[in-house]
Amino acid sequence: MTTTTGPLATRRLILQGAACVAVLGLGNLPFAAAPARAAANDKYPEEAFKQKNEADAIKALYGKTAEPSDKVKLDAPEIAENGGVVPVSVTTTLDKVTSISFFVAENPFALAASYKIADGTLPGVANRLKMAKTSNLVAIVEADGKLYSATKEVKVTVGGCGG
Amino acid sequence: MASSIRVRATSNGDITEVQALIQHPMDTGLVKNPAGELIPAHYIQQLKFECNGKDVFAADWGTAVSKDPYVKFSFKGAKKGDELKISWTDNKGASDTTTAKIA
Repeated sequence: MTTTTGPLATRRLILQGAACVAVLGLGNLPFAAAPARAAANDKYPEEAFKQKNEADAIKALYGKTAEPSDKVKLDAPEIAENGGVVPVSVTTTLDKVTSISFFVAENPFALAASYKIADGTLPGVANRLKMAKTSNLVAIVEADGKLYSATKEVKVTVGGCGG
Repeated sequence: MASSIRVRATSNGDITEVQALIQHPMDTGLVKNPAGELIPAHYIQQLKFECNGKDVFAADWGTAVSKDPYVKFSFKGAKKGDELKISWTDNKGASDTTTAKIA
């Protein structure tokens, strides 16, 4: 399985690539898209966490763009006295939520945390994030294959990333 | 050694609320120590919750999650006495696992 499969593996990659293109081309086919996402589910999204810019990070993680929605409720303080510990939570009334992610626009790396919501798990999560300075906080909810976002500005009086 | 994970899982009818607190430095790799040397990045990358053999919740974390991370979520389909298994791995390959009974 290791040395002799070189050309085969390449061929498989090409086929996979073609399949991906096909899926993208077909647009909103949740059934077709589901296996691809499930396969990527267990892997740590290294690239997405390296993106400095929020839009790039969303693209690296989901490969699509989000639209603002009032069904995503982002709860965060107006003013955070300690940027090292900012309590943040998201809840949503959307159906078929598969993941929830947090982005801090002005942090050195925009993506803070990404959660996978299994079937039967309620679409809500609370955690604590670091914020380098006053910044927009963006929550992305993936529901039924689409992305929805909510944004809130949090004023930070003491940064959470040192310096 | 005591576990690095503290979990409270409480059942309320059909819904189980889970709160977890993990002891971890979550170093970003951007902060210097008093001697002026960078403290290397050391943070939890993945965290997983399993109940009755099924993944109920998983997290991918970057360096922007606070030190000693806290997370809270709820899920359906478990009852009192069921076991919840929690495990994490960090960027240095360290990991920890614990189980908690749903109360």
